[in-house]
Amino acid sequence: MENDSTYGQVIQLPRRRPLLSQSKRDASALPSLTDLLTQTPADPSATAFLSAKLSHTTNPILWVQDHASRRDNGHVYAPGLAGFGIRQPILQVRVSHPRDVLWAMEEGAACPSLSAVIGEIHGAPSALDFIATKRLALRADGSGVPVFLLRSGDPGVLSAARERWRITSLPSKPHPHDARAPGPGQWDVDLFRTRGRAPGRWVAWYDPDASHTADRLHLASCSNDGAMEKSDKPVPHSTKG
Amino acid sequence: MVQCVNATAQIRGVKPGDRVVDAQAVHPDLHVEVADLKGDQILMDRLVHWSRRWCPWTAQDGADGLVLDITGSAHLFGGEARILRDIVQRFAMQGLTAKVALAPTQGAAQALARYAPQYTICDPQNVEAQLSALPVQALRLDADTTRLLTRLGLRTIGALAEMPRITLMRRFGHLPAERNPLILLDRATGHVPSPLNAPPDHMHFIARARLPEPVLDPTPHLNSLVDDLCTQLAKAEQGARQLHLTIYRIDSECRSVGVNFAKASRDPAHILRLFDGEIDKIDPGFGFDLLTLEALRVEPLSLTQDRLDGTRDTKADVAGLLDRLTARLGQDKVTWSTWTETHKPERVEGRVPALTSAPSAADVAIRERPIRILKPAEEIHVIYAVPEGPPSQFRWRRVVYRTVRQAGPERIAPEWWRDKPGTRLRDYYKVEVEDGRRFWIYREGLLHDGRGGDPRWFLHGFFA
Repeated sequence: MENDSTYGQVIQLPRRRPLLSQSKRDASALPSLTDLLTQTPADPSATAFLSAKLSHTTNPILWVQDHASRRDNGHVYAPGLAGFGIRQPILQVRVSHPRDVLWAMEEGAACPSLSAVIGEIHGAPSALDFIATKRLALRADGSGVPVFLLRSGDPGVLSAARERWRITSLPSKPHPHDARAPGPGQWDVDLFRTRGRAPGRWVAWYDPDASHTADRLHLASCSNDGAMEKSDKPVPHSTKG
Repeated sequence: MVQCVNATAQIRGVKPGDRVVDAQAVHPDLHVEVADLKGDQILMDRLVHWSRRWCPWTAQDGADGLVLDITGSAHLFGGEARILRDIVQRFAMQGLTAKVALAPTQGAAQALARYAPQYTICDPQNVEAQLSALPVQALRLDADTTRLLTRLGLRTIGALAEMPRITLMRRFGHLPAERNPLILLDRATGHVPSPLNAPPDHMHFIARARLPEPVLDPTPHLNSLVDDLCTQLAKAEQGARQLHLTIYRIDSECRSVGVNFAKASRDPAHILRLFDGEIDKIDPGFGFDLLTLEALRVEPLSLTQDRLDGTRDTKADVAGLLDRLTARLGQDKVTWSTWTETHKPERVEGRVPALTSAPSAADVAIRERPIRILKPAEEIHVIYAVPEGPPSQFRWRRVVYRTVRQAGPERIAPEWWRDKPGTRLRDYYKVEVEDGRRFWIYREGLLHDGRGGDPRWFLHGFFA
C-alpha cells in the first residue's frame, strides 16, 4: 500500500501476469512446439512418450486427429492413456482435413487453460509447411501451452518446432514374471533438433511405479550411436515427465 | 388409470378415473394411448402464449382450459361472434378441438364453454339467466360439495342462486374461496371481481437492422447488431446460449445461420468471432434489406468480475474454445468421452458433443489396455502352431509380422444382456513382433463352438 497525494492510500495491483515464455520457462518446462515423428506405420510409441512427458494437471487436453492418422494409427484410447498417467479429460476433435487440424490446434494454442494441445497429421500435406508450424510455435509461445505435433508417414520436412524427436519402438524389457511375454515397452527416442540443449539419442521407458511423477520417464543414452562420441554427450539421467 | 377419453369412448361409458384394465375388459376394442401429463402441461403453457395473438391477457384455466380476456380486442377480428369462430378454426388447424364461449366474467365463461352449446355468447345483462340452466358442477366445485348440493336438491346453478344467501353462507362458510359455492357463484355472476392473472410474456431478445437499399454483404452491419443485442441482454442480466442471424432477401426468402455457446455469453467480441466463418455460408441472392439477430435460448448471467490476482477463469476459457471449434467444425466433431461399464473394449469409451455435456472421469482399467485402438478391428491372416494358441505369424495390411513374444489369452465373453445371440467370445493376446511393436490381437470364437465356422483373427489395438 502506498500513499498518494491525490488519492490517499493506493493499492497497487499487478498489471498482468507476465507471459510464461518470458519469465519462467526453465529447462525442465516443456517447449512450446514439439514435433514427434514416427517412421514405421501404426507405431504408438510417440503417443506414449508424449503422454509420459505431460504434466499432471486437471486442465483438459485438446487432441486433434485428421482422418488419415485415425485410419492408419488408430483412435486414441483413453483407458490405455491412463496407464501413462493421463487423467485429465481429453477434448477430442476429429476432422478430415489437415488444414482443420492446424486451425483447431492454433485455436487451442491460444487458450491458456488447456494443459496441452496435441495434433496428429499423417503424411506431408501441403497445408503443413514451415509457415504453419511457425504460426503454431508463436501462438504457443504467447500462451505457454505446450503444443505437440505427432507426424507419421512423413519424410521430415522443414519445421519451426523448438524440439524435434524421432521415436520408434524397441523390443520391450523382459517381463518380470514371464520370460515369453512382452514386458514394459521401450522406445528409441532421437532428439535431432533442439534449442538450448544438445541433441542426442536415448532409450526411453516409462515406469508407472516411481514415487515421483517427475521420475517416471527414464532416458538412458544409446551406447552405439556415433553422435555420442562428441564432447556434449548427454549423460544418462532422468528428465522431468 | 384413464386420464381422458374421446367422444366415442364417452358414449360407450368410459369415464376418466376408471382403471384401464377394467375399461378394456368391458370394451375389448378400446384403443389406449399412454398419457403424457408433463407433455400436456408444456403444450398448455405454449398455447397460453400462442393465444396472445387474439388479446394481451391469457391464462390457463383448469387443466384443460384457456381463458382469454378479449376486452377491447374483439373488434379487431370483426366482432365477438367472429373472434370465437376464428379461435375454433385456428385451433382446428393445429389439430385441436376447442369449445368456446364468451361471457362477461371468467367464471361464467368457463362454465358456459364446458356445459353450454358451442359459440355461446353471454350479454352482461343476462349472465344469471344463461347460467341458471347449467348444473352446479359448472361452477367447478369439488366432488363432496357437489354431492351435498345434489342431496339438498340443488342441481342447477339457478336453483342455487334462488337460495337465501344467509343459508348458503352458514352451510358452506368453512370452505375456502376456491371451493365455496357462494363465492364461486358471486364470481361467475360478477358480484365479486375475479381478475385474470396472466403470466408474463417470455423475454424476447432480438436486434434488427433495416437497410435503405438491398446489400449483399452482412458483415458491416453485424457489429451494431451484436452490440445492440448484447446491450439488451446485459439490461436483463441474461446471456445467450443460441443465436440466430437471419437475412430477409428481396426475393422474399430468408436465410439464417446459428451459433451455439457452451456457456451463456454476451461478449460482443466473442460472438463476432463465432460468426466469422459462418457468414460466408449465407447465400445473399440478389441482396437483402433486413437483418435480424435473435437470441433463441437465453440463460441468466450476472456480471462477473475478473479475479484480482490476474489469473484467468479456466472454465470460461475452455467454453470459449468449445464455441469456436464447434461453430466451425460441427457438434459431432468436438467431443468429450463418456464411460460405459462394459467388458467390450470398444464400447467402454463413447463420445458426446462437448457443447452440451460436461467431461466425466474415467474408471481405472484393471487390465493393461492398448494406447490406441482401431475402429473397427481389422481382420488379419494368421499362422498358428496350435489352433487354441497364439499365432506365430500374421499378415496385416499386406505386411507379414513374425511374433517373438506374446502374453495372453485374456478372454472377453459376449455380454448376453446386450449382445445378439450367437456372438462369439474373444481371446485377446498381446504379441510383440520382431521390430519391437506390440499389437493387441484377438481370436473371435473357438473351434467347434457351434457359432459359425473357423475362428477369425482381428487386430484391435497397439500397445506402446
